[in-house]
Amino acid sequence: MTQKFDRIEKEAREAWEKSENSNTPHIYIGCATCGNATGAQSVVKTIKNKLDEKNIDAVVKEVGCIGMCFAEVLVDVIKPGHPRISYHGVTPETAEEIVESYLVNDDHRPDLALGYFGEGGPDDVEHIESGDVFKNQRRVILKNCGIIDPENINEYIVHGGYRGLAEIIGRKQEEIIDILKDSGLRGRGGAGFPTGRKWESCLRPQADQKYVICNADEGDPGAFMDRSVLEGDPHSVIEGMIIAGYAIGSSKGYFYVRAEYPLAIKRLRKAIEQAKEKNLLGDNILGSDFSFDLEIFQGAGAFVCGESTALVMSIEGNRGWPKPLPRPRTTEEGLWGKPTLLNNVKTFSVVPQILSNGADWFKDIGTEGSPGTAVFALTGKIKRSGLIEVPMGIELGKIIREIGGGILDDKKFKAVQTGGPSGGCLPEDKLDLAVDFDTLVKAGSMMGSGGMVVIDESTCMVDVARYFLDFTFEESCGQCVPCRQGTQQMLEVLNDICEGRGREGDIEHLLELGDSIIKGSICGLGQTAPNPVLSTVQYFRDEYEAHIKDKACPALVCKNLIIFQIDEEKCSACGRCRKACPVEAISGEKKVPHKIDQSKCTKCGICFSECPERFSAVERLTGKEKLAAVSGKEG
Amino acid sequence: MLKLNINGLEIEVEKGTTVLEAAEKAGIYIPTLCYHPDLPTFGGCRVCMVDADSKIVTACRAPVTDGMVVKTDTEDVRKLRLTNVELILASHNQDCQSCSRNNSCKLQEVSAFVGINPERMKRIRRSVEEVPVDVSNPFFHRDHTKCILCGICIRTCEEINGVEAIDFAFRGFHTRVSVLGDKPLKDSKCESCGECLVRCPTGSLFLAEPEFPEREVESVCTYCGVGCGIKLGVRGEKVVKVTGNKDNTVNRGDLCVKGRFGFDFINHPDRLTTPLVKKNGKFEETSWDEALDFIADKMSDIKAKHGADALAAISSARCTTEENYLFQKLMRSMGTNNIDHCARL
Repeated sequence: MTQKFDRIEKEAREAWEKSENSNTPHIYIGCATCGNATGAQSVVKTIKNKLDEKNIDAVVKEVGCIGMCFAEVLVDVIKPGHPRISYHGVTPETAEEIVESYLVNDDHRPDLALGYFGEGGPDDVEHIESGDVFKNQRRVILKNCGIIDPENINEYIVHGGYRGLAEIIGRKQEEIIDILKDSGLRGRGGAGFPTGRKWESCLRPQADQKYVICNADEGDPGAFMDRSVLEGDPHSVIEGMIIAGYAIGSSKGYFYVRAEYPLAIKRLRKAIEQAKEKNLLGDNILGSDFSFDLEIFQGAGAFVCGESTALVMSIEGNRGWPKPLPRPRTTEEGLWGKPTLLNNVKTFSVVPQILSNGADWFKDIGTEGSPGTAVFALTGKIKRSGLIEVPMGIELGKIIREIGGGILDDKKFKAVQTGGPSGGCLPEDKLDLAVDFDTLVKAGSMMGSGGMVVIDESTCMVDVARYFLDFTFEESCGQCVPCRQGTQQMLEVLNDICEGRGREGDIEHLLELGDSIIKGSICGLGQTAPNPVLSTVQYFRDEYEAHIKDKACPALVCKNLIIFQIDEEKCSACGRCRKACPVEAISGEKKVPHKIDQSKCTKCGICFSECPERFSAVERLTGKEKLAAVSGKEG
Repeated sequence: MLKLNINGLEIEVEKGTTVLEAAEKAGIYIPTLCYHPDLPTFGGCRVCMVDADSKIVTACRAPVTDGMVVKTDTEDVRKLRLTNVELILASHNQDCQSCSRNNSCKLQEVSAFVGINPERMKRIRRSVEEVPVDVSNPFFHRDHTKCILCGICIRTCEEINGVEAIDFAFRGFHTRVSVLGDKPLKDSKCESCGECLVRCPTGSLFLAEPEFPEREVESVCTYCGVGCGIKLGVRGEKVVKVTGNKDNTVNRGDLCVKGRFGFDFINHPDRLTTPLVKKNGKFEETSWDEALDFIADKMSDIKAKHGADALAAISSARCTTEENYLFQKLMRSMGTNNIDHCARL
């Protein structure tokens, strides 16, 4: 098998080298959904036009996301004989400048550059790999994202792709599974179930047909790891699935991708076609008697379909409802009643590397209990948001301070939310925790599939809990009472607390509801839905109490509990707030301090942000006494 | 046989028995809402949760294992059940007095068992989704505010009648039972058999014109040859309700739309209660003796004048198989094969 693959690899390398070694510059533009949303496509167009105009021969490649979302649109330029220089925040205007300055006039424009990759870059540009963002990262799953052209299979092959597959064909299935078991790989979908053991339990049953399913129904708010992998390196996932097919004896796989990921679907389609053309997928792969086919199934947008049994129901054409226990394991009776192996995108994508590099290589990364890396979508009130990959066991605070660059606008850190709607919020004193599957669970949160939302002092924790509960309330499938009714009840209570109707005993009510929902729900969605509430009560109970007892929102967020007022002493009557107020609630004239008519005020906060910092005359008040004082003054 | 211990009682059950069935055998009550003995289990209401070998399981689905120790009333179990029932009540129409299922409502029964505490209920935020009552079906209506989404009607339609007219629609808290395209029930493929109505544990499905009988009379449905056993509910001199007779081996309690709802002919003024014979161009009431004599004479006459094949007879699907057999026998003994049946098409 490897001989046949050697030929394929040789062809790929020749094609790649021909392009790389040609005396033409290469331009890489981050065109994942995130890049496109920031305007990458117009940058692509401008660059192509400019190259035409200047009659420059250059290769323009649309690549996936390298993870530095804070710096989009990213344009990387490799001029022959020079390292890869990365330009950030590129607009069509600066794109023209880059082409003009760097490609035409040889000025590498340090003012527009973020840094360079590789060796031998100019002194006035930062070396990205040794900078804060990258030096703490270990890129395994994301190693190709933003680097290779995801629509060109040759680039994947040149970067070591499909070698893992070629090497395992012909080997015993048990051997492959043993390597995975030995590597200690745990599923990257959130639960962290040992992958090797799952594969083994799917190999065991005798059946005329088995299925492999890739769960790409990523839906946590703020999470986009799987999308980035599918958009930036689709072949790695395909290769992992083919290997899984071989290892468990399956000839058919499904990608369950949410329909809201059109670019991922487009790139997967193309990648599947290319893999088939090269005989890496389809009938008699690499001339062996192993055949494997892949199909894409688009999910219709239900979060619960990320749960394995609901996902299977959905592919079967049924309502996407999880199956209550007791039920057979999906690995024994899954899709169409056949043994089915279901893994997350990132799990499949790391498998080929484990097989090529060996279990020990993987075990060297991360911790003993959680080997390997963790991919996080780092978002929220953070300076450098984006997609990162770190070795398991890294200190939580290091991610936020070093990779993320600390809190936006240098405000104070309050909490970090991991694990999406199933996870929890951890306060500052938990920042020294090691990030791995087990530690975070012990602290009341979880790894989840990889969402990490940073929360600063200007965020109300009750409001955060309400946000997540609103999500699970909307996404609850409706099958079982604890989740359907319980999340609604919790949400109602949280709404009341945030809107000043909180009552004595509500915190205990929430805790009791949480306990019942966790113990009583059918599936993981319900069993984890109360976590955002329980963890915020655990670590920020004082905020709940302030809302309930003092009708105060300490973070000054909950509209019903705050009031905007102008400090007459500070107001210099500049009139900016008056002009900006959308409901004409502010009165005053030149030299007369302004005043807010509370009966008209909608608490939009525009006056607060309009008031120049040197005056800071608009203030927010909260708490029973202060609100009563203001309304008392107004009579 | 498997041995298990429920609340200290040792019992033996066959393999494949669920914890709920075992408890029933031991005479121990476990509250249920979405469970129905005629149907496959659903496991959605979560009020039958019990402690089995220190694990919380749904009794309706969990199979008994040998040596299992089941506790149906631990503190944890009580708390979980109570919260679940409180949560159901939070979005349930509470106008029990005017409900046709008052005193025969499963939710009332379960609420009483778990012990609803008014002090605790004060903490609950009530929220009933306002969805209009579906009154499109002439026989029974659906009040969504009383629906507990147990899915019994849906499983009944699928498993008992094989029609699959209804299913869950929408998602989460907004889930409700509906038909294809969320149309009124009358515009669906519902056959109005009413099997869902009789299994509904609450008053969500209710008779369009509910009237409670004073007494019941066993009978056989006259609509077709199947001969389903029915119970006629009588109030005064009027038949006000028909229910299927569960003890009847023909239908085991199931009925179709005609048998269940088509009983207004019984007390209808236009109903024929004696044979009619046309005299001087007008139908007149007569006795069976006279009517039969009249027919026998006419038939013998025709046979004598025109031969037996001048006679023909058509039989009815409302007769029993035996009656139909006798009818064709009669015609053949008269010398003709001209015999047909209304259900032959």
